[in-house]
Amino acid sequence: MKTEDLVSLLSTGAQAVDLRRASRRWLLALAGGALMAFLLTAGLLKLNPVLWHETYKPMFWVRESYCAVLGVLGFITVVRLARPGLRLGLAPMGIPVAVIAMWVLAVVTLVAASPQNRAQLILGHTAVVCPFLIAFIAAPLLIALLWVMRSLAPTRLRWAGAASGFAAGSIGALVYSLHCPELAAPFLATWYLLGMLIPTTLGAWLGPRLLRW
Amino acid sequence: MQLIEERLRSLMLQSLAGDAAAYRMFLDELTARLRSYLRRRLGGLPDEVEDLLQELLLAVHNKRHTYDPKQPLTSWVQAIAHYKLVDLLRRRSRSNALTDPLDEDDQVFATTANAATEAKYDVEKLLRGLPDRQRLPILYVKIEGASVTDTAIRTGMSESAVKVGIHRGLKALAEKIRKIG
Repeated sequence: MKTEDLVSLLSTGAQAVDLRRASRRWLLALAGGALMAFLLTAGLLKLNPVLWHETYKPMFWVRESYCAVLGVLGFITVVRLARPGLRLGLAPMGIPVAVIAMWVLAVVTLVAASPQNRAQLILGHTAVVCPFLIAFIAAPLLIALLWVMRSLAPTRLRWAGAASGFAAGSIGALVYSLHCPELAAPFLATWYLLGMLIPTTLGAWLGPRLLRW
Repeated sequence: MQLIEERLRSLMLQSLAGDAAAYRMFLDELTARLRSYLRRRLGGLPDEVEDLLQELLLAVHNKRHTYDPKQPLTSWVQAIAHYKLVDLLRRRSRSNALTDPLDEDDQVFATTANAATEAKYDVEKLLRGLPDRQRLPILYVKIEGASVTDTAIRTGMSESAVKVGIHRGLKALAEKIRKIG
């Protein structure tokens, strides 16, 4: 077929395009993924029985904000990576800033603590399972975000996959925190971050495999 | 450059609002720009130019819902062209050596070239391989120029099924072409 015939084929009877479809899909993926993550957390892991009591502690809100801020920054990055030629802006740079801020808080906490308490602050009671449970809770979010990403046009596939994984991991961590009894900054700075990095790595691996178009 | 951006962007916005004539002008101009760009980039692979050009036009068409009206149209096209070119070269690099490294600075919109030639693969033949629910809507609406309503009556499909068939068929076509390349 001649190229001019293809142009004619493509333009003949061309219909209007709904430009808000992508936004609706993103919202659907977020809502559906977060709901699934919540059902897994509440159904399989059980919500923290003293959750309401913990909301009186400042560290509870530090933990929630940490996950929420990373989730928002990750999601903004995901949305921008899904369209060709868009600048990423400042959101991706905010991610290391938030991570470093938590590390600083962790070091301050450790320095202020007595030496015999330090190991406990880092390991808590759930260090062994925490990263894997976060990755598990994040799985439906990762699937949902990659599903929407596939319908759009990412041009940096590995980054698009990694960003989807990171956004899924941090929103997943936010949901998981409704179960998690840990509030110490050294714990969050280590194991929560590791939990977010598992889906990030998985996403970076899946990106070039799933997102090609 | 500024003029190209403004003209193409306004044609694209009209196209997205459903103006098929504006879309035709948009694609015609884009074809000339992309052909010239690909000839420069694929100097060592002249046979590939028309193939990749058609693949790019299909990609622009299938992904036109990812254009953000707030962004420059030229940077959107540039990113798609660059992505498809890298993809092609990666596919090619398995079979033969590439002499010309990809230059980020080379711009799609620097020059134009015309004189259409045919692609190696035959889109019409590929169309025949699609299932009827995709092939017939494309044949009637996109090639014969019938309306969606008439096509729905003629095929016994619903109007939305006709539209979905066109959409999915063109995506399947792009996928087939990518696999051949």
